[in-house]
Amino acid sequence: MTTVSMTVNGKPVSAEAEGRTLLVEFLRDGLHLTGTHVGCDTSQCGACVVHVNGEAVKACTMFAQEAEGAEVTTIEGMANADGSLNVIQQAFQDHHGLQCGFCTPGMVMSAAALLKENPKPSEAEIRDYLEGNICRCTGYHNIVKAILAASGQDVGAIAAE
Amino acid sequence: MSVTQAIPHDAATGHVTGRARYVDDIPVPAGTLHLAFGLSDIAAGRVISMELSAVRDAPGVVAVLTADDLPFANDASPSVHDEPLLSDGNIHYLGQPLFLVVADSHLNARKAARLGRIETEDQDAILTIEDAMAADSRFEEGPRVWEKGDTAEAIAAAPHRLSGQIEMGGQEHFYLEGQAALALPGEAGDMLVHSSTQHPTEIQHKVAEALGVPMHAVRVEVRRMGGGFGGKESQGSALAIACAVAARATGRPCKMRYDRDDDMVITGKRHDFRIAYKVGYNDEGRILGVDFVQYTRCGWAQDLSLPVADRAMLHADNAYHLPAARIESHRLKTNTQSATAFRGFGGPQGMLGIERVMDAIAHDLGRDPLAVRRANYYAAAQAVATGPGTGQRYGGTHSPKPAASTVQTTSYGMEVTDFILHEITGALSQSAGYDLRRAAIADWNAANPLLKKGIALTPVKFGISFTLTHLNQAGALVHVYQDGSVHLNHGGTEMGQGLFRKVSQVAADRFGLPVESIRITATDTDKVPNTSATAASSGSDLNGMAVMAACDTIRDRMADALATLYQADAAAVRFADGMVQIGAETVPFARAAKLCYENRVSLSATGFYKTPDLSWDRIKGHGRPFFYFAYGAACSEVVVDTLTGEYRILRTDILHDAGRSLNPAIDMGQIEGGFVQGAGWLTTEELVWDESGRLRTHAPSTYKIPACSDRPDVFNVALWDGENRAETIYRSKAVGEPPFMLGMSVFFALSDAIASCGRGYPALDAPATPERVLMAIRQVQNGV
Repeated sequence: MTTVSMTVNGKPVSAEAEGRTLLVEFLRDGLHLTGTHVGCDTSQCGACVVHVNGEAVKACTMFAQEAEGAEVTTIEGMANADGSLNVIQQAFQDHHGLQCGFCTPGMVMSAAALLKENPKPSEAEIRDYLEGNICRCTGYHNIVKAILAASGQDVGAIAAE
Repeated sequence: MSVTQAIPHDAATGHVTGRARYVDDIPVPAGTLHLAFGLSDIAAGRVISMELSAVRDAPGVVAVLTADDLPFANDASPSVHDEPLLSDGNIHYLGQPLFLVVADSHLNARKAARLGRIETEDQDAILTIEDAMAADSRFEEGPRVWEKGDTAEAIAAAPHRLSGQIEMGGQEHFYLEGQAALALPGEAGDMLVHSSTQHPTEIQHKVAEALGVPMHAVRVEVRRMGGGFGGKESQGSALAIACAVAARATGRPCKMRYDRDDDMVITGKRHDFRIAYKVGYNDEGRILGVDFVQYTRCGWAQDLSLPVADRAMLHADNAYHLPAARIESHRLKTNTQSATAFRGFGGPQGMLGIERVMDAIAHDLGRDPLAVRRANYYAAAQAVATGPGTGQRYGGTHSPKPAASTVQTTSYGMEVTDFILHEITGALSQSAGYDLRRAAIADWNAANPLLKKGIALTPVKFGISFTLTHLNQAGALVHVYQDGSVHLNHGGTEMGQGLFRKVSQVAADRFGLPVESIRITATDTDKVPNTSATAASSGSDLNGMAVMAACDTIRDRMADALATLYQADAAAVRFADGMVQIGAETVPFARAAKLCYENRVSLSATGFYKTPDLSWDRIKGHGRPFFYFAYGAACSEVVVDTLTGEYRILRTDILHDAGRSLNPAIDMGQIEGGFVQGAGWLTTEELVWDESGRLRTHAPSTYKIPACSDRPDVFNVALWDGENRAETIYRSKAVGEPPFMLGMSVFFALSDAIASCGRGYPALDAPATPERVLMAIRQVQNGV
């Protein structure tokens, strides 16, 4: 066991972790930030996506110790400073971009990373970017719509409904 | 008015902030233990010895349990007690739980579970349909057979005949949240279980059996699941029982969640089927008689396989009137995971059989498959009186005289009185431009040698109700507090489908309150007992009605009390816009609640509902198993690369019947998601077992559910504008399962594209992976 320190959602944290402790275990079991989900245990489903130093990372594919000293943001740190939903969260709610909700935190984190590097993505770019996030409920339609809306684009552009 | 509004999911805010809790997110008391199963490495045989000392000595292990350590029932079956939680010495499939590890962490339990040294005696495993038929390995004494008319004679006398068969694979549920349970031992033998289950009452029942206590000593709570799709109707029992037994043995809380690979290896999936068919038809393509033999691999235990196979038989007609039909169903027992409920519950498999027949007839006659489908549709529903006044829809002086009653019956004897697919198909083929696009595709295919396009429009008619009639009941519990806030509880479970939101809209409407005034609470066997699984698409139909009954009981009591107080007529008391109007007085609902409390009026009520007009004899295969039918149709266009077999869905148009939708946004979500999941079943999702019976596709690395880029490039979804003829909650229709089968349009569009490659009929099997598509292309090019 060694002590691992990092900044999570703007707060400095330290906790004991084994060398093999995954970042997702550190967040969920150590810090009780259970919004980061474990869907497949093998870094394919994307339910565990967080940001490490601003980059989208699957938290089940990174050791906690590798995040030593890093700035980590989880879904719990995504709301606006006043506690209101940020624009991406609000869009997922308004455009029904969720059903069971298990993939949603990872989707929101991936969407935020996408919009940071590409503020006005096309529908095809959104679909391509979300390849590592799977959803079994929605058929993705409303997720793509939500991200388009969050980027300030016309959602009517994606198929008539 | 809250019903019919497109309000977001009740937990949307919780989901986008990560605050919505699943079982694995519930804070646990200190000292909670974690569980893992040790699994069988062979598919069939006997355990000679289990050497578990290394397991017991592994770091963090607190206890190791085998079947001998279970004090009461060793069973996780939802049906016939044939599913030992831990092997009783017999091994029935590769992945079967043999022993249970209880440790201080999830990882320690899993690592220790690998250290068992199991000596076994192998037996020949029965893995395939051929193996099972040769060994007569089956559930029930023989095949179930239902027949209408003299099918053999009808086929023999028909001007045209053909025969063939279609194989269709199973499907992994791939709920994003894996199976999970948490058991907390209480005083005096009580046990509280949090379970990710569609069926809390069944968990309660099985845990009580395993602990040797009455059901009243076990409480099961379910706030939500991260997806269910049928995979959590019975498959959660093993974890819940294991947690409860371990919690009783150790006196400590116990939690279990399957790692994804374990989940896929241990739990049951959709039933795979082979359907062989013989059909006789006329020049127009109308079926005169059809004979189906359905073979399904049920796996090692019976689970829900009998009703699944029944529903496959019940949907062998899909949307088509069959003058003569014979359906023979073999429920085969194999040494594989015990196949279980999955969205559609056998319906999709039965329907794919008849849709293949339609496609094959059209190819044989050189007709448009849609024309053949329409020629076989049931007769249209007769117009019925709707709304106020006398008006029949087509009742004017100058209207054509209605035809004599042409109500047709299904092959199981049920009258089809609500058939609206003529109208839906007409509207969809027009909005999708079916005829023009079909002609354009023919031109395109003539000009393009390598890429070929195909189009198909397929219908869905799905029967709504549990076929086990007694399950069609539901209960609710509603409280109005003295501040006017409302607490809502019912027997249905939330798995993402929006049931809680829809039912809260019903409650809000009954009290004339905004939905925010209604507190939606976790499903709890202490609040509503003896519930049915949230399954068979029945969640809103059943629980919505039960909640309405409870709300109306309270509302009527309030109206009576308030009318007395204000000397007004109770029948004229109105609840709307957060206010209660009593004669000339109007008071806020909260004030009305307070007045009722002070006047000693009970503001708590239960509600109960049972579906009317059901009667069904599953042995004879005759009766009225369904309250009504839900309808829909989809038109899909694909393009196939004939050199590789790869393909894309270019466009899908859907028109689906949700009756008078309780929440159009939620229903559209069910339709979009159901279609994509159904298309996944028939295209990319392939389960592969090797010759030893080992499931080789046990993770998302090898098992491919649709990804974000797989959905159609153009995707138009619309709700049919109509109301349910049956008296359902606000005349809405069930929408959970029916859209799944819209995915068939993709499969037959692929068949259409492949058919353009040569003269032969593709006879495509499912899932139509690129490999299968490529093989089918080669076959039709060779004229086979």
